[in-house]
Amino acid sequence: MKVLVTGIAGALGRLVAARLAEGGHEVIGIDVRPWYHPPEGVRVIQGDIRKRPAEDVFRTQKPEALIHMATVTHLTHRSSDRFRINLGGTQAVFDHCHTYGVQRAIFVGRHTYYGAGADTPLYHGESEPPMAVHTFPELSDLVAADLYAGSALWRFPDIDTAVLRLCYTLGPLRQGTLAAFLRGPRVPTVLGFDPLFQFMHDHDAARAIVLALEKDLRGVFNVCGPPPVPLSVLVRETGRSTLPLPEMLLRPMLGRLGLPRLPKGALEHVKYPIVIDGTAFRKLTGFTPEFDEDATMHAFRDA
Amino acid sequence: MIPASLIPLPTDPEVAARVDRIELPWNRHGSDPYGVDKAELAKLYTLLGFFYHRYFDIDVYGAKNVPPHGRAMLVGNHSGGWALDGIMIIASAFFELDPPRLAQGMAEKFIHKLPFFSSFSSRIGQFTGIPEHAVRLLEDERLLLVFPEGARGTAKLFRDRHSLVGFGTGFVRLALQTNTPIVPFAFIGGGEAIPTIANLYRVGRLFGVPYLPVTPYGLPIPLPVSLQILYGAPIVLEGSPHDTDDVIARHVERVRSRIADLMQQGRELRERKRKVGELELG
Repeated sequence: MKVLVTGIAGALGRLVAARLAEGGHEVIGIDVRPWYHPPEGVRVIQGDIRKRPAEDVFRTQKPEALIHMATVTHLTHRSSDRFRINLGGTQAVFDHCHTYGVQRAIFVGRHTYYGAGADTPLYHGESEPPMAVHTFPELSDLVAADLYAGSALWRFPDIDTAVLRLCYTLGPLRQGTLAAFLRGPRVPTVLGFDPLFQFMHDHDAARAIVLALEKDLRGVFNVCGPPPVPLSVLVRETGRSTLPLPEMLLRPMLGRLGLPRLPKGALEHVKYPIVIDGTAFRKLTGFTPEFDEDATMHAFRDA
Repeated sequence: MIPASLIPLPTDPEVAARVDRIELPWNRHGSDPYGVDKAELAKLYTLLGFFYHRYFDIDVYGAKNVPPHGRAMLVGNHSGGWALDGIMIIASAFFELDPPRLAQGMAEKFIHKLPFFSSFSSRIGQFTGIPEHAVRLLEDERLLLVFPEGARGTAKLFRDRHSLVGFGTGFVRLALQTNTPIVPFAFIGGGEAIPTIANLYRVGRLFGVPYLPVTPYGLPIPLPVSLQILYGAPIVLEGSPHDTDDVIARHVERVRSRIADLMQQGRELRERKRKVGELELG
């Protein structure tokens, strides 16, 4: 199958591309970032998905499937840019899919969509509304992109669209939201709070995305790996130590004294769990994680 | 309740061995898929064991009415100015049942907003009382603890200690939806343990709790009194969770009157107007 991957130069994008190529697919990638030596079977076009050259790729290459991973998740990125890329980009690629006859589209979203709070349930189902808009307004563009991608299911019924909500990824790539949070030797936590954290190995995440493509998935799916573990266990097993600070102290200290910079809403995600139920995805694809929670944490620690 | 994780309490090895016998899907870190932690449970039950066996004089009747396996809902009255009743029911499900069971309460939202209470409640399986949690736990064949009186129930003053305030209806719809037997129970003596004379709502808000109960001696520290717990035979409701409010209200009334009857029996027992042999637990 001829697969177009947007955001291919990202850490997870590269893994997905390599796995697709290994599986005998023809891979074309678009990214504003360069990828100098892609593996055999992978072609990379450097450019912005919202610009004309990207549309030309759809027109001339006629991909059969799209994996859309070109969303900005770094919270330090200027938010007006993020909004334009995450929403404008998603709109553009789905429009092109419709115009140029792409049969399958996969949007790779995040489980942070559901938001965290004292009264949010453990194990979110796909039908739940995005509380993140309320608890963590800085994520609203990602939530909107997720819902917008989902709207392709009724706007473009001829395209098999799958919206994947992936839990945090962790492992040897040391990239992504959770890896950034765990970067330093001392991880700031909110004193008296120890939420469950759900994550999956980088390779399992890439495998799940490829499975979603190969199994003709249609709909919205939570994608998760091994069962969640408390933040304290995560910090310990990744060879870090916790720096528990009272919330009143931690808030003003974020971004200073070597602590990670987090927007205000992110603190809710350090106090309360976001745990998703991935049963539907597992049932339809037969996906089971290869790496359990220990192997995943240790892979991150030892990388 | 003081978070046991903060107290360097030794864990009673007998209690720890009993925790091992709780039938939950433990992983090799000793926690279940909800983050319930065996080590924290062992600390909790060691601490509770002292209050359960020594501090209070607790008598439990009809413990065999609680199913040893599978989903069930413990439904009873609130007694005492704070959740002492819930904590002792959790202790009784652990110490009286064989195999021991973890009773999982539906906690007030404010508990998970308080530092330490949040992390501790999460590790011992006491989650925020939302329908999603209740349904999921029951479908996982767990033992749910429900006080349909809600926070108004703990706010009862000493003079109202034998009363029942209005019941919510959610638990009945939940039982019908998940096909769960309801085990009614009465908790007697909580009002004597924590004789509330007033509730300070504004002061409570300063601490992030709904209210602060006040006793004649000031703080709501429980007195070492005798307590009675009576478990009645399981009630299996029949109907649809989507029935109209008046149909549901009849189910609620059935459970409520059964609990009121158990409370009356427990009170007579406490006042020595009835003998243990004369109890009718169904």
